[in-house]
Amino acid sequence: MLHYAFMQNAFLASTFIAIAAGVVGVFVTARSTSFLAHTLSEIGFAGAAFAVCVGIQPLVGMLLFTMLSAVTVGRMSTKQSRREASTSAVSSLFVGLGILFLSLSSSSSSYATSILFGSIVGISRAEVWQLVALASFVLITVLISYRWLAFDSFDAVGANARGLKTSFISIFFLIILAIAVSTGAQIVGSLLVFILLTLPSSAAKYLGKTLPQMLLISVAGALIGVWLGLVLAYYTNWPVTFFISVIECLFYLAALQYHKWRMA
Amino acid sequence: MTKAILSVEHMQFGWNDRQLFNDLNFALTPGTMTSVIGPNGVGKTTLIRLLMGQLQPAAGKIVWGTDPAVKVGYVPQFRNLDDEYPLSIRSFVQLSQLGSILPWHHAAEKKRLDEVLEQTHLTHLANQRLGMASGGEKQKAYLAQALIAHPNFLILDEATASLDVATKVELMDLVAEINQKTNLTVLFVTHDLQLAKDYTQQYLLLDGSGAQLQPIANMNPERMPAELRAVVETEEK
Repeated sequence: MLHYAFMQNAFLASTFIAIAAGVVGVFVTARSTSFLAHTLSEIGFAGAAFAVCVGIQPLVGMLLFTMLSAVTVGRMSTKQSRREASTSAVSSLFVGLGILFLSLSSSSSSYATSILFGSIVGISRAEVWQLVALASFVLITVLISYRWLAFDSFDAVGANARGLKTSFISIFFLIILAIAVSTGAQIVGSLLVFILLTLPSSAAKYLGKTLPQMLLISVAGALIGVWLGLVLAYYTNWPVTFFISVIECLFYLAALQYHKWRMA
Repeated sequence: MTKAILSVEHMQFGWNDRQLFNDLNFALTPGTMTSVIGPNGVGKTTLIRLLMGQLQPAAGKIVWGTDPAVKVGYVPQFRNLDDEYPLSIRSFVQLSQLGSILPWHHAAEKKRLDEVLEQTHLTHLANQRLGMASGGEKQKAYLAQALIAHPNFLILDEATASLDVATKVELMDLVAEINQKTNLTVLFVTHDLQLAKDYTQQYLLLDGSGAQLQPIANMNPERMPAELRAVVETEEK
C-alpha cells in the first residue's frame, strides 16, 4: 500500500493534520467552541468555492475566508449569550455565499463534493508540504502561547482576574482555529473537519485529567482515526471520511461510557 | 505608625447619573483582615474593579504601598465550572503559573505548586478532578490559584457565598491561618455579617451614602441595612 506515492502523500499530510487538529481540539472543547469550529468549516466551504470562482487555489480561499470571519465572529460575540446567535447568522450567510460562488463558477459539481467531503487521496506532494507547513505553524503557535492559552481556555474567569487580555486571546485562538480548519478540511472535507477538532478532544476530556494527558489522548485518537481510515479506505474503496467519522464516533462513545462507568 | 499598604483618598466614582462613591477614604495597614459589607448594588464589585485598575476613579486616588511592593491576589466571585470539568485540582492551580513561556513547568514552579497546595490543605486531593470536588474544595483551589504568585494583598469577592455554614467557617479558618502565618493583608467582600465579625478586625460598610472604616467591635447588626440583617438572622436559626 505504501509504495504508492498517492498513499504516501495521504499518510504524510493526514499525520500532520491529525496532530494539529488533536492539539487545537483540546482548546476548542475547553472553550466550548465546537459549534464555532463547525461554522468555520462552513465558511471554509464558501472560501474554497470563492477561490474556484475567481481562479485561485481553494486552500488560499479557505484561509482568507475563515481567518477574516474568525476575527468578525470574535468581535461580534465576546458575550457568551450572543455567541450562538451570531455564529448561526454568520454560518447561514457563508453557506449561501458558497452555493452562489459554486453556481457562478464553471466548475463541475464534483468539485463541490471534494470541497465538502475531502479528497485526501488525490493530493500532490507540493500540496502535502503546504499542509505540513500550515499544521507546523499551528503547532508552533500553540506551543509559544501554551500557558496563557491554557489558562484562558480552562479558566477564563481566573485568567481575566489575573489581568490576561482575554478578548485578545479569544481572537488569537480563533485565527489558529481558522488555520486548523482550513488545513483539516483538505483531508476530511469542510463538512466533517470538525470531527477531528471535536471528537478526539471530547474523548480526551473524559480520559485525561492533566493538560498533557488530554493533548496526548486527543492526538492519539485523531491519528488512529486518520491512519486506520486510510488503510480501510484503501482496501474497501469506500470513502476515507466515512471511516474517519465512524472511528472517531466510536472513540468518543467508548470514552463517554468509560466515564459514566467510572462515575457510577 | 505602620505605613498603609493601601490608601484610598477622596475617591469619587459613579455610573452615569448614579454616584456610588462620593469622597471615599480609607487606609489599610499590612496584615489586617478587613470586610467590605453592604447590600447588593451598592458598589462592592465596582470598588474591587477600581482597586484592580480595571476602572479609573472620577476623582481622588488609590495609592498602593511601595515597601514592599504590593502584589494583589484576587479570588473572583463566579466561576462556572461544571461537574465534567476535566482538570485535576493540581492542574487547575498550575494554570495560573505564567512565569515562563515554556510549556513545561520547571522544578522551582513545581515546588511552589506543592507549597501552595499544602498551604491550602489540598495536597491529598491534588489529583482529584476539580469538577468532582465539593464547593469548599473548589473555593480552596481558587484560593490556591490566587496565592501561587506570592501576593501580599488578597481580595476575596464573596468567596463564601455559595457554601454551607460549616464549609464557610473552614474556608475562613484557612484564610485566617494564612493571614497569620504570612502577614497577608485580606480584603473580604461579603454579605455575611457573622463571618465579618468572627474573622475580620475592621469593616467598611458601603450603604450608598459613603463609607468609613470601623473597628469590627463597633458593628451593630441592628443598625445595618435590612438585607444584611436578614443574613445574620437566618444563620442564627
